[in-house]
Amino acid sequence: MTYFLQQLINGLQLGFVYALIALGYTMVYGIVRLINFAHGDVFMIGAYFGFYLLGRFKLPFPLAMVGAMLGCAILGITIEKLAYKPLRNAPRIAALITAMGMSLFLEYFTSLKFVFGPNYLAYPRPFPIVNFNLGGVTLSNIQIIVFGVAIFLMVVLQIFVAKTKTGMAMRAVSFDKQTAQLMGIDISRIISITFGIGSGLAGAGGVLYGIAYPQINPFMGVMPGLKAFVAAVLGGIGIIPGAMLGAIIMGVVEVMTAAFVSSTLRDAVAFGILIIVLLIKPTGILGKPAAEKV
Amino acid sequence: MSALLEINKLTKSFGGLKAVSDFDLNINTGELVGLIGPNGAGKTTVFNLITGMYNPTLGSIKFQEHEISRLKPHKIAKLGITRTFQNIRLFPELTVLDNVRIAYHFQTRCGICHTLFRTKRFNEEESQLREKALEFLAIFGLETRYNEISKNLPYGEQRRLEIARALVSEPKLLLLDEPAAGMNPFEVGRLMELISFIRDRFKLTILLIEHQMKVVMGICERVVAMDFGEIIAQGKPEQVQNDPKVIEAYLGSVTDS
Amino acid sequence: MKRLATLRSIVIVVAVYVVLQVLISLGLINPYWQQILSFAGIMAISALGLNLIYGFTGQFSLGHAAFYGIGAYAAAYLSKSIQSTNPLILLLGIICGGILAGVVAFLIGLPILRLRSDYLGIATLGFGIIMKIVFDNADAIIPSLGGSRGMTGIPRLTSFAWVFAVFVLGIIILRNLVFSSIGRALVSIREDEVASEAVGVNTTKYKTIGFVIGCIYAGVAGGLYAHLYSFLHPSNFDFLKSIDVLLIIVLGGLGSISGTIIIAFAWTFLLEGLRVILPEAILDWRLVIYPLLLIIVMLIRPKGIFGGREIKFLFPKPESFKTPINRSETSK
Repeated sequence: MTYFLQQLINGLQLGFVYALIALGYTMVYGIVRLINFAHGDVFMIGAYFGFYLLGRFKLPFPLAMVGAMLGCAILGITIEKLAYKPLRNAPRIAALITAMGMSLFLEYFTSLKFVFGPNYLAYPRPFPIVNFNLGGVTLSNIQIIVFGVAIFLMVVLQIFVAKTKTGMAMRAVSFDKQTAQLMGIDISRIISITFGIGSGLAGAGGVLYGIAYPQINPFMGVMPGLKAFVAAVLGGIGIIPGAMLGAIIMGVVEVMTAAFVSSTLRDAVAFGILIIVLLIKPTGILGKPAAEKV
Repeated sequence: MSALLEINKLTKSFGGLKAVSDFDLNINTGELVGLIGPNGAGKTTVFNLITGMYNPTLGSIKFQEHEISRLKPHKIAKLGITRTFQNIRLFPELTVLDNVRIAYHFQTRCGICHTLFRTKRFNEEESQLREKALEFLAIFGLETRYNEISKNLPYGEQRRLEIARALVSEPKLLLLDEPAAGMNPFEVGRLMELISFIRDRFKLTILLIEHQMKVVMGICERVVAMDFGEIIAQGKPEQVQNDPKVIEAYLGSVTDS
Repeated sequence: MKRLATLRSIVIVVAVYVVLQVLISLGLINPYWQQILSFAGIMAISALGLNLIYGFTGQFSLGHAAFYGIGAYAAAYLSKSIQSTNPLILLLGIICGGILAGVVAFLIGLPILRLRSDYLGIATLGFGIIMKIVFDNADAIIPSLGGSRGMTGIPRLTSFAWVFAVFVLGIIILRNLVFSSIGRALVSIREDEVASEAVGVNTTKYKTIGFVIGCIYAGVAGGLYAHLYSFLHPSNFDFLKSIDVLLIIVLGGLGSISGTIIIAFAWTFLLEGLRVILPEAILDWRLVIYPLLLIIVMLIRPKGIFGGREIKFLFPKPESFKTPINRSETSK
């Protein structure tokens, strides 16, 4: 039982990191209907920003976190402006291929020796690890930080989307772009903000991932990126609480499979669940069943 | 003689909302029936139920005495019920000829082997099909447009092509969903002529949804009025037009305002 | 007229083959480039299959490499178990590979082809990743498949002639299929699935037909691939490989057979060519330049390089069948 609880905590830790990535996927998809494959690589770059800010510049952890988020936000906005915006009226598949190209570019460019280099790097520890024992279950201060930061950011996001004028505009754009435009909403600005927020959250996820699983390399974003995307679909793509729920399910399922079944099957089970959910309810767990309009 | 189409206690609910409830309607062979009602009354849902796009929650639909309410749309089309759509659904990137040829699809007999090896039989069938399709287009005055991409056609011709495509399989019952939507009075006149023409030529029974009173009054023999998923009146066009319930449905009740 | 056109196609095909064989026998195309040429042909076969699924039928698949892998492993397993170097084993292998890929496609397609657009893409992506894991762990059940260590000892049976023959056959079959009543039914599903049902097309059946045939192409291509390098590794069939095929058909223009072929060759030669052209010092840049080119091409020509047009002299196509140029929406 304690083993189970321990694994549950580990699963939640992974799930919260996925959630931070999944939010960006879901927000971007909700607004521009694009599977932004480069998002996982923004997460990776966020981890590297944290690496340099913590390791080289010896910034305190909170500052490094904010720095990485800002850096990623700027990166995300730039990618959108350069690569996706010109394709806004092109066939959707063109933007998808461009996103894939952007993903490969970020991976291989950062693998170059004068950028991040192709090798695994050990992540700096901003503080010593402290383990708390709660009736046989260990909870580390890193886990507390992961949970705390992730929950804090999600609450802030939820408030932002629900209460602010910009948040309302975002929801309007994702609901109906044309009508939103007629209501005087600057679509380009909203898309930029969405990419900025999504990328910033991925950056935060990258830093948390770095301190929690302290090894990074330029390809570290591929699998978490895919899984976070799957999580977003699982919860109902375009729905913010759905992304969080889906991500936590993905994280917990993955860790539980590794712990109780077989670590080689961890991804197979996660993707198997995805296919089953899609077949039963294609719009995801929290999605509204969409009857096709004839 | 029994009716061509018999709809009994048809009900469709989406979640809690009853889009169609306890809908009864008989259509006899050769009739031209109009289905009217304010927006959201459930008219298109009735069409979707008849053509199998939706499965009914309750009730039955019999076509030539066969129960069809659980069949797939393509089966129903083959049995002899075809339709057009409110917002024209052609195969937009294909030519006029191909739009029609696709509808001939279930008349082709060549199997996959003939297709893959381009046998003589395949070639013969293809050229016959082409001839048939072109002749068919000629009935609708679209033969000169055969090589045009259908989305580039003017609106009126798109409507005509959609009707033509629905008639390829020689259906017995044709459902027209707001065929006159977006047309000017002149075009509406031509459409009415077209509907009368195809009705005689193909010995059709027609059920049509329409908002334009001119069309309904002009060609329908019987009118069924719906509101909130239920039939509120039916009978001769003038009769229904003057029915207080119908007037209320369209204009709102006096006590409301 | 028609016969003349057919004759012309035959002449072109024979001429291309003769020229390439002469260049090979003169040593102008060395074995290394022969292999690349064969590989390009294999990519083209696989891409033709995906074009049938996505370009013609409109069913978005992000898991094509899984079927390519199934074909490859099936064919390799067969020839490795038989332990013979008779080239006919290759024929048997690719047939079995194709059939197995088709059977799996049928089984997986039945449930998932109900999904539309991006959701179908995601489901096929999930399937692709699951298959990759299966390949990674295949040695647990059949040791000779090698699992994550890779599969070795596959007889090197694929020659350029074999690839060329299968490639030409693949084009003919696809062309005949697409320009027929069956092809029109497939294309109508891409254009408007609801309208297609309404005119009597059994869309479920035709979607499955398109998907299965497309996956058979992938399986056959995989069988050839397995015997080209005589080594298979699960990473040859991962998600990125599905994307490679997808981008070939998008760049070539969805629903364009000639575009697919040209881009399949151009893409392979570009990737290999960069390896040759780039000086040693900046060889790392190869995989940086490639995605950059991809992005630039997409930005300049979002509808594919040929924008859905067929090259006339290669494809004396029956008149009036136009391929899509403008697909701004894949979902409704």
